[in-house]
Amino acid sequence: MHTNGEVWVFAEQEWDSLQEIGIELLSKGRELADALGVKLASVLLGSNVRKHTDILFQHGADKVYVCDSPTLEYYDTVKYAKACGDLIKKYHPQVVLYGASIRGRDLAPRIASSLKVGLTADCTDLQIGNFKSPGGEEYKNILYQIRPAFGGNIIATIVTPTKRPQMATVREGVMPIPPIQDGRKGEVIIENPQLQNLRNITRILKREKTEKRVNLKAAQTIVSGGYGVGSRENFKLIYDLASALGAEVGASRAAVDAGFISKDHQVGQTGTTVRPKLYIACGISGSVQHRAGMEQSAKIVAINNDPDAPIFSIAHYGIIGDLNEVIPLLIDDIKKRRVD
Amino acid sequence: MKKFSMVVLAKQVPDTKNITGQAMKDDGTVNRAALPAVFNPEDLNALEMALQIKEQFGGTVSVISMGPPSAMAVLKESLYRGADSVYLLSDRKLAGSDTLATSFALKQAIQSKIPDFDIVLCGRQAIDGDTAQVGPQTAEKLGVPQLTCVERIEHLDESTIKVRRQIENGSEIVEADLPVLLTVTNTANDPRPFIAKKLLKYRKAACDFDLPTLLTRYPQFKNADQLREHLRSKGLHVQMWGIEDIQADQESVGFAGSPTMVKKIESITLTGRGFKAIEPNEHGIKEFVAELIEDHTW
Repeated sequence: MHTNGEVWVFAEQEWDSLQEIGIELLSKGRELADALGVKLASVLLGSNVRKHTDILFQHGADKVYVCDSPTLEYYDTVKYAKACGDLIKKYHPQVVLYGASIRGRDLAPRIASSLKVGLTADCTDLQIGNFKSPGGEEYKNILYQIRPAFGGNIIATIVTPTKRPQMATVREGVMPIPPIQDGRKGEVIIENPQLQNLRNITRILKREKTEKRVNLKAAQTIVSGGYGVGSRENFKLIYDLASALGAEVGASRAAVDAGFISKDHQVGQTGTTVRPKLYIACGISGSVQHRAGMEQSAKIVAINNDPDAPIFSIAHYGIIGDLNEVIPLLIDDIKKRRVD
Repeated sequence: MKKFSMVVLAKQVPDTKNITGQAMKDDGTVNRAALPAVFNPEDLNALEMALQIKEQFGGTVSVISMGPPSAMAVLKESLYRGADSVYLLSDRKLAGSDTLATSFALKQAIQSKIPDFDIVLCGRQAIDGDTAQVGPQTAEKLGVPQLTCVERIEHLDESTIKVRRQIENGSEIVEADLPVLLTVTNTANDPRPFIAKKLLKYRKAACDFDLPTLLTRYPQFKNADQLREHLRSKGLHVQMWGIEDIQADQESVGFAGSPTMVKKIESITLTGRGFKAIEPNEHGIKEFVAELIEDHTW
């Protein structure tokens, strides 16, 4: 079993550009590769994609494996799984990471199944450590794949010590974008994918890009309004504060159910789960449902005139007051700083 | 016009979406055993999609559920909604299966029992494991194309299917040859309610696991074989498959067949951590925003 292989990150590309997730993963990939003492590589599949290699080197990749072919222009599960699977079989990485995007969660399990290896979905953290199995076998320097499960009520640490590569899909917006190192170069390895006579290919007939209306998942800052905002009209305060901060607008289920805002904005167990750096909860009481969807935020600010609201039990900062007074104060302060 | 043979994969899961105060223990963790068991929501959307295909084109809807005997509840609910046949895949040796082992067992079941399927449908993901892996892995093992995150079927004929599926920041129309596996999202449809007539009939459906209990209630049947025959004659006997029935070898299922292992589970405790109080006035806000900037939080 190849336990000394490289750490690979799948560099997702779509609409002719690299997706952020493939770049974000290079920061964690770098950490893992350094801990293991091996090289970090990106895997880049597509048509006319060689132009992306420099960005990957600048964000920390030591190597980029490139499969560049017109047949890979549009994503197809079987073609991509074959190309990526063949690379893995040839070069024996010990870890392969993919973004937990729709694409990543479509591709990674297909590869894992064909290679008969383990795969952990939607990880929020990855570490290197040791593991002793229930049967008593000791494994050193394996990948801890850490993820929420059970609707977000537990955090599980999963390991796949008996197989290589160890594979995981990683949640977007969790790992930071690594700093750019201008002029950093690396090794490009060109591989010709063997895609002839593949069965089970799908054919894309039409693609529609929808305007990115709400992207809570990737948001670094979220201003969220709850039932306490009081009305659809009053949600303007939330929108204004979000605009001042460059933030996305979120909402509790109660606010959505009351018709103050559309379901696209709902944060919580039955909405979107978010992990922004800053989450400002305005007029949100903090039901278990809602908390489960945002409690992993790095910093939580609660604005509520009820000091007993459960939201305060997970807040880092609490402002006990009327949001109709507090939010304008915040907006004013931020606008002043912007002018400076 | 072709009639389609459809297989729906349905899972019984704890209701992790509706965790109320009653399911919370005093230490702030979730009492998993206290959660009611439900039909995995997106599997219900998959069943609905299959039933709609049956209504439009004709065909059969078979539902397979892999789990402990309590999963019979999911199978009966499928019958109440209009499924034609249901099957329970249940065996102690399947316990501890990760997605790879589960997809292997499901593939064995489908290939050995319903080999001439046209479409396999399942929910995009289950609300307990949250992996979304079983669909694609079962498709890979069956050797069929996979179409994930399907929202709508745009066209279907005897050899091809066209669907609208979600992609990042958009949607696409994709075509594939049959047979195919679809994973279905909760935006695809609104699952139909039970049909009263079917509920009345199939309430009494049972599998071999249920027979000993039922025998105590129906003393007119002297043994399990008689009761089983009676149920069969009424179309109420649900087949229960073990790993031998589907030719699944022990090493490929259960803990033995699962490359992923759980090292540790930590419950999320929602207890107070103590927050920093900010004065709701100009001065307090100014200091607060300054701190956020200094910390690089904003």
